Amino acid sequence: MTTEPAPPDDPALGAIVDRIRAARAAGTKLRLRGGGSKDFYGGPLAGEVLDLRPLAGISRHEPTELVVSARAGTPLAELEEALAAHGQWLPFEPPRFGPGATVGGMVAAGLAGPARASQGSVRDYVLGATLLDGRGELLGFGGQVMKNVAGYDVSRLLTGSMGILGVICEVSFKIMPRPPGSATLRFDMDEATALRRLAEWSGQPLPLSASAWWDGTLVLRLAGAHAAVDAAAQRLGGEAVEPALAASFWEGLRDQRDEFFAAAGRAVAGGAALWRLALPSTAPPLRLTDQQLIEWGGAQRWLCCALPAATVRDAAASLGGHATLWRGGDRAAGVFAPLAPALARIHRELKRAFDPDGVFNPGRLIADL
Amino acid sequence: MNAPLPATPDPAARSARQREVVTALAARLPAHALLWQSEDTTPYECDGLTAYRQRPLAVALPETEEQVAAVLRTCHAMGVPVVARGAGTGLSGGAMPHPMGVTLSLARFNRILAVDPLARTATVQCGVRNLAISEAAAPYGLYYAPDPSSQIACTIGGNVAENAGGVHCLKYGLTVHNVLRVRGFTADGEPVVFGSRAPDVPGLDLLAAVIGSEGMLAVAIEVTVRLVPRPPTARCIMASFDDVRKAGDAVAAVIAAGIIPAGLEMMDKPMTAAAEDFVHAGYDLGAEAILLCESDGTPEEVAEEIGRMLDVLAGAGATRLEVSGDEAQRLVFWSGRKNAFPASGRLSPDYMCMDSTIPRKRLADILIAIQAMERKYDLRCVNVFHAGDGNLHPLILYDANDPDQLDRCERFGAEILETSVRLGGTVTGEHGVGIEKLASMCVQFSPAELQTMRAIKDAFDPAGLLNPGKVVPTPQRCAEGGLRPGRRSLLPLHALESGRP
Repeated sequence: MTTEPAPPDDPALGAIVDRIRAARAAGTKLRLRGGGSKDFYGGPLAGEVLDLRPLAGISRHEPTELVVSARAGTPLAELEEALAAHGQWLPFEPPRFGPGATVGGMVAAGLAGPARASQGSVRDYVLGATLLDGRGELLGFGGQVMKNVAGYDVSRLLTGSMGILGVICEVSFKIMPRPPGSATLRFDMDEATALRRLAEWSGQPLPLSASAWWDGTLVLRLAGAHAAVDAAAQRLGGEAVEPALAASFWEGLRDQRDEFFAAAGRAVAGGAALWRLALPSTAPPLRLTDQQLIEWGGAQRWLCCALPAATVRDAAASLGGHATLWRGGDRAAGVFAPLAPALARIHRELKRAFDPDGVFNPGRLIADL
Repeated sequence: MNAPLPATPDPAARSARQREVVTALAARLPAHALLWQSEDTTPYECDGLTAYRQRPLAVALPETEEQVAAVLRTCHAMGVPVVARGAGTGLSGGAMPHPMGVTLSLARFNRILAVDPLARTATVQCGVRNLAISEAAAPYGLYYAPDPSSQIACTIGGNVAENAGGVHCLKYGLTVHNVLRVRGFTADGEPVVFGSRAPDVPGLDLLAAVIGSEGMLAVAIEVTVRLVPRPPTARCIMASFDDVRKAGDAVAAVIAAGIIPAGLEMMDKPMTAAAEDFVHAGYDLGAEAILLCESDGTPEEVAEEIGRMLDVLAGAGATRLEVSGDEAQRLVFWSGRKNAFPASGRLSPDYMCMDSTIPRKRLADILIAIQAMERKYDLRCVNVFHAGDGNLHPLILYDANDPDQLDRCERFGAEILETSVRLGGTVTGEHGVGIEKLASMCVQFSPAELQTMRAIKDAFDPAGLLNPGKVVPTPQRCAEGGLRPGRRSLLPLHALESGRP
């Protein structure tokens, strides 16, 4: 029912619209790409690259509104720097994996860092988005205000969509003041004890911010008002980690450059697979491999192993979660867990609604879409 | 506004259809779980938006999931619309019945299935009341954070449908931030699960789409929510201002200082007077606006934050500052705000509650604009704001028995919504579109955006039987309203705000 819209007056946007229309007319596919820092993630790469970096820039940052809007190609580093200048940040600590990471990639992948369990995920901070659908039509959903229930929540649906619904052009986020105080504690603790303690602490009014357990060591980050952090640090005990060392540890974990992921990278080069398991945080120890890192209070577990995919997937599913083949392994069998039939049908229909000719990122999120 | 009532069907045809539907459902439900006589269905003719009423063909009150699935399958096979209903406290007509449809009351799904203190989750049936979840979690020092004013009565299923908010959203989030998993049925009765007790699921985040979809995409039966530790201390500041602009600027100043208050609410002078008359909380009746600013956390944290808040509010020109000395006094401070709606009910035979959201810095602008509209439409309006979120609840006072007043009230409301969109906001912050704001959706969204929403509806519910006619206006309706948004640039709302087309 909609007529062909007038071309947008923005040249970067106009060029993308032209590419979409041309691909649609020619029956070709487009592979949406920012800095390429997450090329490794998800299903196989297919289609002509549509580089979204020209669509860049922070369009609006109003510190007192707690809102920032940025175009998809904006380097994540640029956005974080602009926020830091006002003592603000993206509390979900999106991983960057490399210097080229962009805002659009962060939203499309929907990946969060160490603070996920305490601060929420990418979509929890998305307020609105504009996208170009498979017809090259510019659509806007949500907005730049904190509360908005006008119509379906399309902007959150786009978060983590891996670009299969359209080109995410610009996104507005709720941002937060950076907590003034922070402390990192280290404990010698076995896996089962660490999981139990994390669950107990999480149920108490403590300023927990992030956790990581591997190889008999639990590292815990507190963040909040100075008074609350100091009181909690005193109560929890453990060994205080020097702030500069702690900061570099959490940064390394966030970007997967730390010791565990470095070792995993070597194992993957030698034929192993790195799996990401998303589980209810109280799931018991898996005991599938010794090469394991546990984050998010138990809800995100990284396994590096050469076990059959079915073993890992079944273990995750039996505990109420799912497993993603993160790096390495046999990717031909699919990297994401399969969908239940009722959900698979809805996915197909949504894909058809947004991208009727299947122009965008075929197979990147779901094998046949 | 200008809410549409579905066209009145031919009475004979309606009766014939009613017999068919009742006969079919009677074969699948116990006799006491099916209502169709008009005296039995009349209590269901509206929700909290009482200005618009409609009786359904029948009301089904299933007691088991099998019965819910059977009702959905039967209605699907017969092409009968289904409107799911919780406590009926919604304020936008989202649960108003369909004249040729079945109202699916889920009131009997009222069991708390599990509270898991270690996982900090509660799994409850959809008909459990919002407050009952926090009560069940209280022994573990946990609670469910979203607290809409109707929390004594409203159900979690309704909260999911509307993405309900409350007075603590800025710090603790909306329903969408606090619900992990929804289990229920698709329109044709097929079981479906959205979300997970794990932090994410493979594929698209359909849970985010289902929450706030006003019962149009699926029927929720069981909801797993996130619980959070109850802060050991909460204290509230009551600040008076002699000028609404100063009060609005004080809100921005608090946020600019890097403070995220647990609650930040504003009442204008007429609202304060009405609330004081109702609860006798000791509000400053001389103030042009009152702010309630709350801090919660450990005692040390709260003492530190209250000190910073007081400095900022004093610097912003507060004429009076009072800090709650104990829990009883804190609750007294809040009592007027929590009773704002019933207090307004004593000022006038009827009121219409608006629900737009604007950027915080525009609070004073909209309040001054509303004062001008009071003169234009010759109706009074009292104002309560979730100031921290920029979410407004202007209450327009009118007499529904006077058609001219109702007409002026509707136009007054529509102008508030249009002004909110122009200021960079949205027509509904937390009450939903329902039937009430269908026309305003044509102001906020382009035809292509509305078409995308229709396509999303079709993806979940191809036959279009779940709560049809709500939320997304038809193209004809937008055309009839004569309301067309300007052509969009990349930043639609930003562009509108800066006054560009």
